[in-house]
Amino acid sequence: MTQQTPSSPQRPMTGAEIFVRSLIAEHVDVVFGYPGGAVIGIYDALHDISDIKHILTRHEQGAVHAAEGYAKASGKCGVALVTSGPGATNTVTGIADAYMDSIPIVVFTGQVALKLIGNDAFQEADIVGITRPITKHNYLVRDVNELAATIKEAFYVATTGRPGPVLVDLPKDVMATKTIFSYPKTVKMRSYIPHAEGNQKQLDKAVALIAKAKRPVLYVGGGTILSNAAEELTAFARKTNIPVTTTLHGLGAFPETDELSMGMLGMHGTWYSNTAVNYCDLLIAVGARFDDRVTGKTDAFAPEAKKIHIDIDPSNISKNVKVDVPIVGDVKKVLQQLLPQVTALDTKDWRQTIRNWKEEHPLRYRNGKFIRMQHVISAVSEATKGNAVMVSDVGQHQMWMAQFFRYVHPRTHLTSGGLGTMGFSLPAAMGAAFARKDMPVISISGDGGFQMNLQELATIREHNVPVKIIILNNGYLGMVRQWQELFWRKRYSHVEMFGPDYVKLAEAYGIPGFRATTTDQVEDVVKQMLATDGPVLVEFKTVKEDNVYPMIPAGQTYHEIIDIPNDSSAPVNGEQESDLELVTIAKG
Amino acid sequence: MATAAEVPAEQAVHKHTISVLLENKFGALNRVAGMFSAKGYNLESITVGPTEDATVSRMTLVTKGDDAIIEQIIKQLNKLIDTLKVVDLTYESYMERELALIKVGTTPENRSEIMQIAEIFQGKIIDISHKTMTVEATGSGQKVDAIIKMLKPFHIKEIARTGRVALKREFVGEA
Repeated sequence: MTQQTPSSPQRPMTGAEIFVRSLIAEHVDVVFGYPGGAVIGIYDALHDISDIKHILTRHEQGAVHAAEGYAKASGKCGVALVTSGPGATNTVTGIADAYMDSIPIVVFTGQVALKLIGNDAFQEADIVGITRPITKHNYLVRDVNELAATIKEAFYVATTGRPGPVLVDLPKDVMATKTIFSYPKTVKMRSYIPHAEGNQKQLDKAVALIAKAKRPVLYVGGGTILSNAAEELTAFARKTNIPVTTTLHGLGAFPETDELSMGMLGMHGTWYSNTAVNYCDLLIAVGARFDDRVTGKTDAFAPEAKKIHIDIDPSNISKNVKVDVPIVGDVKKVLQQLLPQVTALDTKDWRQTIRNWKEEHPLRYRNGKFIRMQHVISAVSEATKGNAVMVSDVGQHQMWMAQFFRYVHPRTHLTSGGLGTMGFSLPAAMGAAFARKDMPVISISGDGGFQMNLQELATIREHNVPVKIIILNNGYLGMVRQWQELFWRKRYSHVEMFGPDYVKLAEAYGIPGFRATTTDQVEDVVKQMLATDGPVLVEFKTVKEDNVYPMIPAGQTYHEIIDIPNDSSAPVNGEQESDLELVTIAKG
Repeated sequence: MATAAEVPAEQAVHKHTISVLLENKFGALNRVAGMFSAKGYNLESITVGPTEDATVSRMTLVTKGDDAIIEQIIKQLNKLIDTLKVVDLTYESYMERELALIKVGTTPENRSEIMQIAEIFQGKIIDISHKTMTVEATGSGQKVDAIIKMLKPFHIKEIARTGRVALKREFVGEA
């Protein structure tokens, strides 16, 4: 690698070389991408670079999800590089996904030469216009002299404040023009200055409310993990004796082995966390945004509670639910400020009440001869003791993975929460595996979502990425089927689905694959999967019909919560009611 | 149906004039207008132009909403990366102007009457032909509305009207 870096920094370089040098300056170690005509110069500049690993995905959507997975699992910024036109438009779903879930990624898109923009040139798309509402910010680089500063700014905007995706559009001629490279050391943006510390007056009000609380609940969201504040949050909860419930994205912010944990809240949250929120007198929202999947009907959400809301994004404050004490700031900083000011609360009675609720209404599923998804997830949880990066897709298995896996570390639960992107899991898990070597990365998909991005099996095989791939195959789009069963008179419209032989498919890609079809095989197959080096695919043939419970129907209140039916109204999937066993799990 | 009197004050819908200073960069107007349509906010008028500082643009927005919506609009405007400053002028003392060009069909008989109306509103005749006259009117939105109303009987052929521009007053009471 003698020629890879220029000997003198004063030598004029092409935009393409500057691009590569800028990524190195940002300590980017892996780029997920796909070449094409508009970025051929950039790919030429990448060719001799050993500091950056480029992973050729099989679809640009896979590249962006991989960058997301990498970012979520590592806390660093993910990077994707694609060509213009269709390359750029294929990134749109991934970018929208990252925007909804506040994931720091920078997506570089090729663009036709400046003089051709607007000409309907070959492979031209106005990607800056298309992605304006789904990026935190985006740029079209019109002058090679602005390239390095724009890249610096893009990484800064993506990773600071409320993180999010940033897109940088790179016209082909700009990237071929030469200039002197100089990477700025700092970013100065007079129009963008993220808040970090909480306002002391607001903190004082919060401290006073906390001191008076008899039945407090911490409602913890993904912002806690994004700001690397799991440690501070755990210390805060333990110091104050406040029970903790997390959102889907908050899973892992607080260990679910702790007595204070109540698991997830919301539409498919635990019965006891939703009950505790309903009866609490103080709700402390930490890096959470009162999403409709959490609150249901907003004016009946935590109706008895005073509300404190810590969030870095002022536009999240009082957006859905009016709060008493808003604190705008970085969760980590704000918790560090609050920690010395709070004291232990006597919540013994409240915690006992919650413990009783946990015993009365634990998470439950009815197990039988044939495989239940909840059982597979519990088995993975037991086998890994929470030491795994779990990446789910979207649908029933996603909710069960949230419910039945016991999370103990931050950045071990990756999912598409806001956008709900089917096809997320496989490429995101692949990206996560480039970031995390300390624990296995496990992708769980339904058969529907898996078929949306299965082309990445080739990428996984090519780089021997050690992703453990689980397909929970019920031959249905299970969540839609569940809604059709409960709310659309069991008219199962277009939800039953044919799939290939997944074990043969794995073999075709050169990935070991095996299958489990009965309940008694589940534990062994999970062990076998974890013991396999490199990538491995396991198909669990599960029962066709099962429902996620508890459930608060969309837009309704805690009082409409549906727990698992105790009678034979639940589907038995061809088995005898008397042979089914009720399995219970309570978190914390 | 609730009557206006029954609506709590904070839920009453009011018109707001919001002034935004932005980095003068490619696509700034698009970002603001796009945010309004993406979030489903009302946007009655939007004007944008350069300021005394060439790197900064001023945008003046007229929008409608209850207190919660206006609060969100201001937060969302601030959230745009290129935004330097947002001021809701509605609760301040401020000057506002709109401009309209009104082309009126004329006859030899009504020309002088049209000129009188223009004069009363301190408007100007800026174009004249055998069959038309064009009046330039500036002032508050209400004033521009009023001159248009007065000219209506004379067969208005075309109107071009700007949105509102506004600035905060320095000393209350001075024009």
